[in-house]
Amino acid sequence: MNNSKKTLFDKVWDAHVVETIPDGPQIIYIDKHLIHEVTSPQAFAELESRNLEIFRPEQIVATADHNVPTLHQEQPIKDELSRNQVEQLTENCKKNNIELFGLGHQYQGIVHIIAPELGITQPGMSIVCGDSHTSTHGAFGSIAFGIGTSQVAQVFASQCLLLNKPKSMRITVNGTLNENVQPKDVILYIISKIGTDGGTGYFCEYAGNVFEEMSMEGRMTVCNMSIEMGARGGMIAPDETTFEYVKGRKFAPKGEDWNEKVAYWSTLKTDEGAAFDEELSFDASDIYPMITYGTNPGMGISIREVIPAPQNESEEKALKYMGLEAGQAVNSIKVNYVFIGSCTNARIEDFRSAAQYIKGKSKSEAVKALIVPGSQQVVKQIYEEGLDKIFNEAGFQIRQPGCSACLAMNDDKIPEGEYCVSTSNRNFEGRQGQGARTILASPLTAAKAAIEGKISAFESVN
Amino acid sequence: MQKLVVLKSRAVPLPAENIDTDQIIPARFLKSIDRKGFGENLFRDWRFNIHTGEPNPDFVLNNPKFSGEILVAGNNFGCGSSREHAAWSLTDYGFKVIISSYFADIFKGNALNNGLLPVKVSEEFLKEILEGINENPDNEIAIDVELQSVSFKDTTETFEIDSYKKICLLNGYDDIDFLISRKQTITEFELKTQKANEQQLF
Repeated sequence: MNNSKKTLFDKVWDAHVVETIPDGPQIIYIDKHLIHEVTSPQAFAELESRNLEIFRPEQIVATADHNVPTLHQEQPIKDELSRNQVEQLTENCKKNNIELFGLGHQYQGIVHIIAPELGITQPGMSIVCGDSHTSTHGAFGSIAFGIGTSQVAQVFASQCLLLNKPKSMRITVNGTLNENVQPKDVILYIISKIGTDGGTGYFCEYAGNVFEEMSMEGRMTVCNMSIEMGARGGMIAPDETTFEYVKGRKFAPKGEDWNEKVAYWSTLKTDEGAAFDEELSFDASDIYPMITYGTNPGMGISIREVIPAPQNESEEKALKYMGLEAGQAVNSIKVNYVFIGSCTNARIEDFRSAAQYIKGKSKSEAVKALIVPGSQQVVKQIYEEGLDKIFNEAGFQIRQPGCSACLAMNDDKIPEGEYCVSTSNRNFEGRQGQGARTILASPLTAAKAAIEGKISAFESVN
Repeated sequence: MQKLVVLKSRAVPLPAENIDTDQIIPARFLKSIDRKGFGENLFRDWRFNIHTGEPNPDFVLNNPKFSGEILVAGNNFGCGSSREHAAWSLTDYGFKVIISSYFADIFKGNALNNGLLPVKVSEEFLKEILEGINENPDNEIAIDVELQSVSFKDTTETFEIDSYKKICLLNGYDDIDFLISRKQTITEFELKTQKANEQQLF
């Protein structure tokens, strides 16, 4: 192996190594630290208990997203515990001079949606957040990953983390995608092939023409779900699409600084001949619109298939929870809820694709359909583009930004036993409410399910 | 942080695979702003009937036959969310060691940051332990962090642990202590790479 050949991951990682502890981990410098109300309070308390100050408050950005209502955000939060948590975040940020885009702020929204749209997320950075879907930001060619609250405290105290370098994996998808296949389908397909632990211990680079041709929104959807195959993070080499997206955003570099940055970002590509610990490749033409049928994101099938036979006790348990039987047709599942939202699929492009399908149609009587935009800025775009009219006329409810029914910390819960076709990232037992049954899908498949009250294959134009 | 050197204990068997952090501690219990009290909601929706709130007699934590400071779980334990509340709920309940054939990355790190030791064993040994506990819940498991060994009945396996993390666990140190001792090096790195200036947002 030629050591001078580096992967994209190597290049960004190596640029952030402060020190290597002999026979131990490395000290990795963190450029941007994103925080939210649920996983930060104990970290602030930890620092206070040790009489430590926040080392680099100007590199931290906060928002309230996990635990906020999606109705009446202008009023005080009714749930006392939730209100307390959000107030605690506000107080902690004020006390420590941390920029907060809280409820009511024009930039408030889901942490993994607002940082890219504000230009905070940039190629070549190291970005962490106390949330596993931080992997989203890897779409820009940054190293971004979720951390626990003890690590949030470590970054508060030192702007660094002690880490062992993960192994490297490259997943290549080349070819032409089939009609109606969205980025969500691509990542659900990959996870269905390698399982929820297939990426554990790895940092994954996505390569191939399928990702090169994807929009930034699509790349974010893919990288977002890297954690669902166990990978610490996923990344895609920055290119013109990336630069075009970042350019002109509020916190993006400007003027001469911009040119210098782009020159550096352009070097962030895997060298030809660089070695990965693991290489996988898939053919784009094998991918069709996907859904999950079980209780982990690896239990996925194309909407053309029937529910497969369980392979072990855990899968049997999953089918029982989901109320499904082997051999059952996908279109026999009675869909009662549709949720289009979450850090996976609540960007403007997601709502555009849903609206395009929905336009002129009405949702099924049996379905409650929720549109939860990822940020205040996405809300603004939805109204500016007139998508609100399409959703309203079709009977969809448009809510205010937050994590919402993805993890059901607020009131947006799916009732026990009901099926929800959801554009979120996890179909774990009880994730969307106790006893709720989650079927993960793309915004397009979810929109179609809302109209029809069932999941069915798209009619081929050809 | 609590230190852990050796432990000999009965164990609780939970053979389900892919136990995710939403099962360990459902999101609706993450509204607290301190670290305490999560143990009472550990495995909440498996442990208690979701309608009545009564303990579910089929769930292992409600079975008086089994007890101990070690949880033995199926493959890929702790997948899903980064919530450290999962580790806090396990330690608050009284577990000090989790044995499985595979751990999700973030959970493993969170556990070690809380003095909760994830012990990865072979699939065969995991099966042997699960069967052995079911046969006789008084069978104990012995863990030695210094030797990196896990023993059950006549079998001993060694387990991997990062040498730095091992020192932390044996002595009760944590990463913050170490990182703040390196602040000068970190500041020099910032100057060298102009990070502190360039990366300022506001």
